[in-house]
Amino acid sequence: MQIKESSEVYDVIIVGSGAGGGMATKQLADAGLNVAVVEAGPFFDPKDPKTMTQLKWAYEAPNRGAGTTRPFGGWDMAWGGWEIEGEPYTVEEGTEFRWFRSRMLGGRTNHWGRISLRFGPDDFKHKDIDGLGENWPISYDDVKPYYDKVDKLIGVFGTNEGLPNDPDGFFLPPPKPRLHELFYINGAKKSGIPVIPGRLSMLTKKINEDRGVCFYCGQCSRSCQVYADFSSGSCLIFPAQKSGGKVKLFVNCMVREVTTNEEGKATGVSYISKDDRKEYKLRGKVVVLAASACSSARILLNSKSKQHPNGLGNSSDVVGKYLHDSTGASAAGFIPGLMNRNVSYNEDGVGGMHVYSPWWGDNSKLDFPRGYHIEVWGGMGNPNYGFAMNPNDFNKFFGLKVGGYGDQLRDDVKKYYGSVIGFGGRGESIARKDNFCEIDPTKVDEFGIPILKFNYKHSEFEIKQAKHMQDTFEELIHNMGGEYLGNKPGKDRDYGLHAPGDIIHEVGTTRMGDDPKTSVTNKFNQLHDVDNVFIVDAGPFTSQADKNCTWTILALSWRASDYIIEQLKQQNI
Amino acid sequence: MDRRKSIQTMILGAGASALAFHGCKPEEETKVNEEILTSEDTDYWGRTPEELERVQKLRAEQLFSEHDLETIAVLSTVILPPKDPHGGPIEAEVPEFIEFIAKDIPSMQPVLRGGLMWLDHKSNTEFETEFKSASLAQQKEILDTICYHDIDVPLDDQPLEIQFFYLMRGLTMTGYYTSKVGIADLGYKGNSPNVWDGVPQDVLDQHGVSYDPAWIAKCVDQSKRNVIAEWDDDGNLLT
Repeated sequence: MQIKESSEVYDVIIVGSGAGGGMATKQLADAGLNVAVVEAGPFFDPKDPKTMTQLKWAYEAPNRGAGTTRPFGGWDMAWGGWEIEGEPYTVEEGTEFRWFRSRMLGGRTNHWGRISLRFGPDDFKHKDIDGLGENWPISYDDVKPYYDKVDKLIGVFGTNEGLPNDPDGFFLPPPKPRLHELFYINGAKKSGIPVIPGRLSMLTKKINEDRGVCFYCGQCSRSCQVYADFSSGSCLIFPAQKSGGKVKLFVNCMVREVTTNEEGKATGVSYISKDDRKEYKLRGKVVVLAASACSSARILLNSKSKQHPNGLGNSSDVVGKYLHDSTGASAAGFIPGLMNRNVSYNEDGVGGMHVYSPWWGDNSKLDFPRGYHIEVWGGMGNPNYGFAMNPNDFNKFFGLKVGGYGDQLRDDVKKYYGSVIGFGGRGESIARKDNFCEIDPTKVDEFGIPILKFNYKHSEFEIKQAKHMQDTFEELIHNMGGEYLGNKPGKDRDYGLHAPGDIIHEVGTTRMGDDPKTSVTNKFNQLHDVDNVFIVDAGPFTSQADKNCTWTILALSWRASDYIIEQLKQQNI
Repeated sequence: MDRRKSIQTMILGAGASALAFHGCKPEEETKVNEEILTSEDTDYWGRTPEELERVQKLRAEQLFSEHDLETIAVLSTVILPPKDPHGGPIEAEVPEFIEFIAKDIPSMQPVLRGGLMWLDHKSNTEFETEFKSASLAQQKEILDTICYHDIDVPLDDQPLEIQFFYLMRGLTMTGYYTSKVGIADLGYKGNSPNVWDGVPQDVLDQHGVSYDPAWIAKCVDQSKRNVIAEWDDDGNLLT
């Protein structure tokens, strides 16, 4: 069969429609360029009543919202997960990695936590501080103007606190703390741990006429029908189309490779249509990869040609290397002071924390090099599958019997409702060359595309950081007069350190740098080897910070888009 | 197309009849101004075609026999007796839920099916009648021997009948409290459009905490939530 090729030549082909792809679409289409967006999953709009899960009740599902087909629960708006039928990956024996993918327009932005933290000045130059990893080729000052613009375009609540490595911005006002968050603030104070209002991309206040204002259902993970939270489709791609931009969406199209010509320049992409399982080609002057750090690396590695025998942009052999995820450890505590809640009011709030703790420690005095922030959860939540499953487990803390049956169980459920506080520590790991993904030459996915094999091990740095998290969580719980739930994980369980990939902040696989021998892209997210290919997902991150990656993806994608527009104007690419 | 129009088109397109308007008079700025689709407005529950197919397949299968389901119904109401005004497991459709969830999560099946057999065997041995037909006193006599697990031993290492009761109690409770009547019994007020403006004073007092005025000063003034944000060059909000 001959591969079907489009006759149209797009100015830019963007692969992937998440944060990076969405921002590139918005900026490039707004500049008048003719853009094709290629997405591996189906179309999705948060306001479509057919796919909407926002404001659904547990009893509308026969399994009451259990997470059998969606790993974060039946209402979560990620079509995909760590395992996707027909799209496997392998992991080198003795190592671990879990790869989360969302197959839908907007990608993982439809369900993410919306925690929107800028990297600080130290985060771009951390090697200067501790000698580990690598510095970025750019500094905070290079990115700051773009962070400012992202704040204003998309909207993020928070407060200007003047912290040195958690920069101020253009914030919407934050929501007031919930009851358990007041307990957290008081508990943290006793340990000298700072707490500030959360920084999340939800609209507590109107920013334009196209998007609604938060109505506090606490369900941003379901993607908001009035577009009051940031999802790439609703906040970037649809507005780009609405303002008259030339944006052609190719959905259910799985990109196989970037095509190149005799000179080695990119000519477009080839993709498999999931609808008819046939291969097609799209032609474009510029290719922007935004398929997610690992997917973009996979596409590059699969794009082998006479001119690029080691894969596109991989003369350095660095594509796929330096893969790193945020560290993560979790704990929860039972807080007797939060028992016997008055249920007279709705405390759903926004879909995430109203308060959090940015990193406060001095690593020069600790046995691990990088920090973490603490995310807090709790409150009188929306009952879904699993709620009240252990109605009186906490009786054990009062020397009362656990179990039994009868009318008493109703009182037990109400007595303990809302009395748990949970913590997530999310920290920085050091990017290492020997943590990587590569092509597994023995296997393909159901579309015949060679798949990824992961090779990733935590180091002692991450494990010691997780120990610090656990000790901190325990102290916080005790400060609140509570009890640590479950067995605190010790050394035998790496202190509860999550497997790499669990935190879904994987970055670094096409890292940026000034030296083409040790990096894949330059400081404008452009391949060193091929000047008309750019990567605007988290692949170019030289290092992850103790932050979340999305706000930096957005800022760098915008910055790279400005560069692309300029280079096209000057006819350099 | 403006938002209001597009939402109306969408609703008509979906064939839904009632659109919940949470709109309000212009002067009442602290209310939710958006038109919001709640679960009453559609028959959809947000499944992908693949998920719908899976649900239909599971629904077409019958896991428990009629006798099993009757036993589950009786057992669940002993675990959580109905109580006015919010009913009990039957009103919450707990037996239907258990039939489905055991197909949705098949690893539960050996414990549930084995446990139901144990229950009848025990009842027949002790009282020469199946569990569902035994008197409430007889049923309780059996349940009293299995309703407390050893909290210091992993559940999987405890006798099957203990595991069974633990699972049945869990499914009964979660089935009830995720139902319409159970949520009403709990008193949960969320999952509906509203404007969050902090914890009520009486609740703060009850738990002995208070808001720090300096913190609250930074928080959203909900009377200005519908005023478009503008900042000065230093990031100070002007509106």
